[in-house]
Amino acid sequence: MSVGILMLVHTAFGRAEQVARHWTKYGCPVVIHVDSSVKPKAYKKFVKALENEPDVRFCKRHKCEWGDWGLVAASQSAGETMLAEFPDVRHIYLSSGSCLPLRPVQELKDYLEARPRTDFIESATTADVPWTVGGLDAERFTLHFPFSWKKHRFLFDKWVDIQRFLRVKRKIPHGVVPHMGSQWWCLTRQTLSAILQDPDRETFDSYFKRVWIPDESYFQTLVRLYSSNIESRSLTLSKFDFQGKPHIFYDDHLQLLRRSDCFVARKIWPHANRLYDGFLRSPEGAIKMSEPNPAKIDRIFAKAVERRTKGRTGLYMQSRYPNEGWENGMTFGRYSIFQGFTELFEDFDPWLARATGARVHGHLFAPERAEFEAGQRVINGALSDAPRNRDYNSIAFLTNLIWNTRGERQCFQTGPRDEGAPVWFFAKDPNAQVSVISGAWAIPLFKSNLNFADIRKEAARLQKLENEQLFALRSPYAKARVRIWTLAEFIEAPMEPLQTIIDEIGPEKARRLSEAPRMTDLTGFGQFLQNLKNQGMHPYLMGDFPVSQEDTDQKKPPRKPYLVQ
Amino acid sequence: MSDRTGQIRSSDLLAFSTLRNEHIRLPFFLDYYRNKGINHFLIVDNDSDDGSLEYLMEQPDVSVWHTRKSYKKSKFGVDWLNWLQFRYGHNHWCLVVDPDEFFIYPFCDTRPIRALTDWLDASSIKSFSAMLLDMYPRGPITEQPYQSGQDPMDIACWFDAGNYTMTKNPQYGNLWIQGGPRSRVFFPDEPELAPALNKIPLVKWNRRYCYASSTHMLLPRGLNQVYDEWGGEKASGLLLHAKFLDTFTVKAEEELERNQHYSASVEYKAYAERLRDAPELWCKWSEKYINWRQLEILGLMSKGNWA
Repeated sequence: MSVGILMLVHTAFGRAEQVARHWTKYGCPVVIHVDSSVKPKAYKKFVKALENEPDVRFCKRHKCEWGDWGLVAASQSAGETMLAEFPDVRHIYLSSGSCLPLRPVQELKDYLEARPRTDFIESATTADVPWTVGGLDAERFTLHFPFSWKKHRFLFDKWVDIQRFLRVKRKIPHGVVPHMGSQWWCLTRQTLSAILQDPDRETFDSYFKRVWIPDESYFQTLVRLYSSNIESRSLTLSKFDFQGKPHIFYDDHLQLLRRSDCFVARKIWPHANRLYDGFLRSPEGAIKMSEPNPAKIDRIFAKAVERRTKGRTGLYMQSRYPNEGWENGMTFGRYSIFQGFTELFEDFDPWLARATGARVHGHLFAPERAEFEAGQRVINGALSDAPRNRDYNSIAFLTNLIWNTRGERQCFQTGPRDEGAPVWFFAKDPNAQVSVISGAWAIPLFKSNLNFADIRKEAARLQKLENEQLFALRSPYAKARVRIWTLAEFIEAPMEPLQTIIDEIGPEKARRLSEAPRMTDLTGFGQFLQNLKNQGMHPYLMGDFPVSQEDTDQKKPPRKPYLVQ
Repeated sequence: MSDRTGQIRSSDLLAFSTLRNEHIRLPFFLDYYRNKGINHFLIVDNDSDDGSLEYLMEQPDVSVWHTRKSYKKSKFGVDWLNWLQFRYGHNHWCLVVDPDEFFIYPFCDTRPIRALTDWLDASSIKSFSAMLLDMYPRGPITEQPYQSGQDPMDIACWFDAGNYTMTKNPQYGNLWIQGGPRSRVFFPDEPELAPALNKIPLVKWNRRYCYASSTHMLLPRGLNQVYDEWGGEKASGLLLHAKFLDTFTVKAEEELERNQHYSASVEYKAYAERLRDAPELWCKWSEKYINWRQLEILGLMSKGNWA
């Protein structure tokens, strides 16, 4: 009889009974505390069910509420009963009715046998623990808490505020240094009896009765006064979520729990039949002496907390719809937008695809339809090219596209004609790389076969639209990687900016471009612009273009592919 | 017609449904939810003439009411079910689903609905979101006939993974979600007419609650806050919507005639038009349904902090 179990029960009595029998079967006496708010009928039934177990005792009942003194009082009473009734017990293990032993009882016994003087109790100073709920840590010990946090949250909060304002500071009993930790401990007879039989217990009790969540601090603090050998960790595997409530284990956690090598886990879903059946079987195989190793379970639950608090970047869905500024990334990953490049270069799309390995679309926001790569009507995620559908929510169209193509860089064209493009959205998105050759929209007009009056009108319209887009891209809100050149500026030395853009996209940084896209023939373009000017429409977004290019050295290079050594 | 509500115990999980001429679907529907742990079904039969009513009356865990009244005038069944929920749903977890909707939630292959509701209770969450996910077969929908008792997802096992759009409804605080194959095929030019897909079918019911429009939104407004606004993800599920089986073409014609559906049945008009020329909802980028984990990875639903 080396280990005695204290069990705090308030519900799921059938399971508590099952576990209690398991402990006694392998020689561990059990003292059960039942919450006094449990109805007499249920209590009597539970006591009767365990009548025939000689090593089960029931102790004095207290009313237990989360964050209240009741849980400490319950542990005290149960502990006193254990110490008095089972003099052979050396270690006392505090557990709850929803705890489940994961390893054979003999292994726990052996483990504790080998460490006869060790107290297993998580105990850390308030400054060192981050896991407090409600923003109270050191103040737990210096303020008064007469109101229930669960039932009277408003009064609780107000009372804290008032005390803060009045600078109330309770006196901590002499010699006591507040510590906190998991409420599930395993103490030696010596330590527990020293705490319970301390001549000053009256003082400590009355102090801790008004401390916030004493069940996480009473034993954790007092053990520091008496124990000679503290292992500051709990033998009970118990994980908490971001609200501070314990994670629950289900049937599908069976393998995970098995591999954890923890002695006891909490909390188990009462209907998890496979877990109860699996772990309460008589042990088979050799006794292990391994140390508990909850790392894997830790990771899974840490991930769950992260998913709940941070979520998946770039995902908008039924249960994640972040307010502006709270997205943790507006889109899933990086993408590139080009304006004016397809107008200036004749084979820009295939060239870009070759140079970067990215997926290159046409004008995704063209008025006619979304020009997906290779003329597809529908792409990843069954996103359709229907223009009305797209424009109905163009931001969602873009975020969906980027989400659906996770792991693959997307590039697409835009321009002043694409009025539906969510320019403000991607201007603000740090994932976007936007490169604009302003005024390049004039090139298709220059090459078109329209009447000049129509051309003039269209040019005026496009210039106005592009100007608005540039306004967004240049605004102080813009977080995208924006580069803007005028057409004149760009054709002066096109390779350098191209190289920069490609380097930023491409995975292989070192590679130099061996091949340039073919620039369209701009002979007569200067005159074309002059004609527009002569008609009173002033094209300014393309920069300063000489009227006649014939004399300049502009003429030859544009038609020849650029080769850079 | 057959009131077995006396059997309902205080902790029972209840399912509410309204239907018309769905006999062929009922055996699988009831079994699916029985397996998931629903204890009692409360069903309004809107004047079926295909034996649905008789079949339901034979079931030991079904209470069924019969009405000849107009589906449209009852706000598409909402009034009937609100009344039943007011009467029988108080303090129960209530699931409101149509016979062609199959509730999927995180870990649904290993944990019953009760595990979910216990967890929701422990987390003080009162309502649970499950977006409607339209399922469809490959090839024309008339090609593979549905047999009674068969899993509809054997036939209609494809879905659209990433073409959903959402906006916040400022009045009720719910999200308004549209998209999917119905928007893609039936409403490419009038996306605003595409049906709403947001649903909140699982609620810890209280007498003071009511559904405002189908299961799309609830009152009081706080129950519609099933999404996180600060970047995180709340737990959510899906309703696999096996509407597009061979039974659908007949239904579309019939419903159009009855003119009992939303917005003057604009939806059914569009269907009927398209269906005449043997439509195919399937496309190259359709996703084939495997399990809930796949849907979670695609971002259609979320485990939230349930692990």
